[in-house]
Amino acid sequence: MNTVILRTIAPALTALMILFSLFVLLRGHNEPGGGFIGGLIAASAMALFGIASGVQAVRRALYFHPVSLTGFGVLMAAASGIPSYVNKVPFLSGIWWKIPLGNGEYFDLSTPMIFDIGVWFVVVGAITAITLTLEEVE
Amino acid sequence: MLVAVLSGFILAIFAPTIKRFLGYRAGWVLALLPASIFIYFLSLYDQVMTQRAVFELYEWVPTLGINLSFYLDGISLMFALLISGIGTFIMISSGGYLKGHVNQGRFFAFMLMFMASMLGVVLASNLIAIFFFWEMTSVTSFLLIGFDHLRKAARRAAFQALVVTGLGGLGMLGGFIILGVSVGNFELVEIMQFGTEIKDLDLYFVILVLVLLGAFTKSAQFPFHFWLPNAMEAPTPVSAFLHSATMVKAGVYLLMRMYPILGDTIEWSVILGTFGAFTLLSGTFIAIRQTDLKRMLAYTTMASLGLLVMLIGVGGEGAIEGAVLYLFAHSLFKGGLFTVAGTIDHEAGTRDITKLGGLRSKMPITFFAALIAALSMGGIIPLVGFIAKESMYHALLHGNNYTLILLAVAIIGNAFMFAIGFAVALKPMLGKLGDMPKAAHEAPIMLWIGALVLGICGLAAGFGITYLGSTLIHSAVSSINNENASTELHLWAGINMPLILSLFTMGLGAIIYMNYHRVRIFADDVLNWIGWGPDKGFDQFFAGLLAIAQWVTRNMQNGDLKTYMRYIFIMLALVIWVPMFIYGAFPSIDLTKLVTPTFYEAGILLMAVLGLYAVLVAKSRLTSIVSLGILGFSVALLFMLFGAPDLSFTQFMVETLSVVILALVMTRLKLDKSDRKYGLYAIISAIIATAVGTGMTLLLLRVMQTELDMSLSNYFTKYSAAIAHGHNIVNVILVDFRALDTLGEISVVMTTGIVVLALIRLKPKVDNNKDQNEDNLKGSVK
Repeated sequence: MNTVILRTIAPALTALMILFSLFVLLRGHNEPGGGFIGGLIAASAMALFGIASGVQAVRRALYFHPVSLTGFGVLMAAASGIPSYVNKVPFLSGIWWKIPLGNGEYFDLSTPMIFDIGVWFVVVGAITAITLTLEEVE
Repeated sequence: MLVAVLSGFILAIFAPTIKRFLGYRAGWVLALLPASIFIYFLSLYDQVMTQRAVFELYEWVPTLGINLSFYLDGISLMFALLISGIGTFIMISSGGYLKGHVNQGRFFAFMLMFMASMLGVVLASNLIAIFFFWEMTSVTSFLLIGFDHLRKAARRAAFQALVVTGLGGLGMLGGFIILGVSVGNFELVEIMQFGTEIKDLDLYFVILVLVLLGAFTKSAQFPFHFWLPNAMEAPTPVSAFLHSATMVKAGVYLLMRMYPILGDTIEWSVILGTFGAFTLLSGTFIAIRQTDLKRMLAYTTMASLGLLVMLIGVGGEGAIEGAVLYLFAHSLFKGGLFTVAGTIDHEAGTRDITKLGGLRSKMPITFFAALIAALSMGGIIPLVGFIAKESMYHALLHGNNYTLILLAVAIIGNAFMFAIGFAVALKPMLGKLGDMPKAAHEAPIMLWIGALVLGICGLAAGFGITYLGSTLIHSAVSSINNENASTELHLWAGINMPLILSLFTMGLGAIIYMNYHRVRIFADDVLNWIGWGPDKGFDQFFAGLLAIAQWVTRNMQNGDLKTYMRYIFIMLALVIWVPMFIYGAFPSIDLTKLVTPTFYEAGILLMAVLGLYAVLVAKSRLTSIVSLGILGFSVALLFMLFGAPDLSFTQFMVETLSVVILALVMTRLKLDKSDRKYGLYAIISAIIATAVGTGMTLLLLRVMQTELDMSLSNYFTKYSAAIAHGHNIVNVILVDFRALDTLGEISVVMTTGIVVLALIRLKPKVDNNKDQNEDNLKGSVK
């Protein structure tokens, strides 16, 4: 699929899609979205980039092997349960911290958010690993 | 006690390192652990004698009643002393026996792990903990029997031992669980207080059979005995330890432990008595046929175990006392004889009794150790074996007609064992020098020290029997009977009926010894005439099992995706339709309730139907896939219209990606581009598809008509924002309320990813993809 149009537009489109995927990931707690959907969007961005510019370009851009991203994601999601031990609540209970930003506002950091980011990594990694390997042979 | 059990496992980790620094002499150092465990238990001796038991408890899974609890009473103290005491000398002799072996460090590690597991079995008080350590002994003995893993015979023997004892272990676990659930307690100490209540349970017989399955397989009772002689493939120190005093005695230990709980019923006496007696007789009979020293000993071990099981079956204070004494004596003399057999093998290069001879003057210390062990095995005064035999004869004499039959069995069995014991000890030693591969001379101290000390222990126990009888033996008998025993033992009890029977046994044994060659040929002829044994049966069973598995695989897993899909969808259709017919759970269809769709809803439906139509008529596979995508997007739109934005969102993405992935897969598979659908294949596919489709529709309609339990939905709606600070309920459920489920799911996603990757890379016939794979590897390293 070496069309000039696709090759020209793919990097920009991929960047936009990944940005959108992050947006979907982060807003997920209150509006439609979340780690799973976000991850799917990012994965299709990777697939698109791979089709347009070749697998090697994606692998270079990713830097890490996609499977490592997956493993990291599972680890991150599991690790988000560790604070439960400190607070002596059941494993993976949601725990929230308010982090002051200095200007009187607060940033709500929470373990479910860390968990959701882990899910995002898992989905991106696993699907990218599959699509890239499939694309590679052509 | 926890430390005593766990230290073996911990030291096992370091054993290979210690071996690397010290070489074979590591045996001396590593023997310090069992020696100190022995001393530790010896220090508890008086405490156990006065208090009857020492108890320790560590919580493990308290919600299920599973604890790491240890219970030290007379019988477990005796076992612990035997295990650690004999273990000490086994570690030393392993040093000498396997001197120069590449994997000697590993061997030490396995041995230590086994010893720790065995200590766990006899000390654990919780049924589940017993099972845990029990299985650990199976696993470690698998490693030990298969130690020479390059030899096929060793691998087969290891596998066989694992399968047989593992099967028994699972049976035992079943029995334990039924028992524990029935009485609501898994602690042995507390179950023992129940008394006859357990024997009146409806499931008593089931529990009994399952527990006996565990004990019989472990203790090599007929027809599960065949793994034991095959296990002689293991290095001799293994046999001396596992197959004399420990592993095989675990079953006997279990029976002794279960005696106050399950014992003393008609079922108990009949099953144990019959199997024990038969094992005793067949064991001695097969033993006399053997010419290999170790196999002779293995079959007599089987016979001795039969004798023990028989005595426990008879029950009552006298028989239990006989069993405890015999167990003690047997552990000492059999451990010694196995060590002797190993020493002879090591020095003379053969274990064939027909080739060995005249080693008496070359190996005087080994000869002495062998002789003293054989005297105990033959039950000759003043060794402890003599007292054991007197005691069991006494008990069997003072019973009923049933025990008199068993008495006859015991006399015949003992006579045979007398003959075989002396054959093992004397035949290689006496006579003229045999035709042996190596010029034998006295073995190094590491090899004979164990046999010598065990033999002397047997002698000392004989002289010190009055003391032992009032302490250890008394305490052991009391704890098995769960009441205070009146044990009183003397080396010389005067001339009485047991002594006369004992002399008769020796006489019979001597006659067999004189005619050893003739008896052996007779046994050989009879067994050849029978021809078939459980050992062969084991092979036949596994050959059959493999044949069935291959047949199933050939038919179910033929590598054709279409076949797989067909099976899956036929099953799915059955799963939907069969219950619907059985329960008559069809939805009631009321056409008047149908709502006219709005024009855009109708438009989406039309689009879905068109997509479907395109799938069916498309000429090429690629078109079919893309058309299927149309259907998927239409469904996503429907989700959107009916208020499930998250679902719709996901559906869109999943559809997109599956079209992409399917298209990529298509290009890789190099399939026929056209997608032919006609003939019988199309008809069958159409029937299956229609069955699944209509079934699913009816099911969903039916689901809509049932009363939905809304309590969960209400709960999530109510608390999602309140306690989880999120308004998107779907997401909050995923990452907070049910986060553990999600964690499991993403682990599955990860595994799937890795597996798919492996499948794609897996190229059965490499043509020009080799370079590609190497590139991929470089990519992944980077």
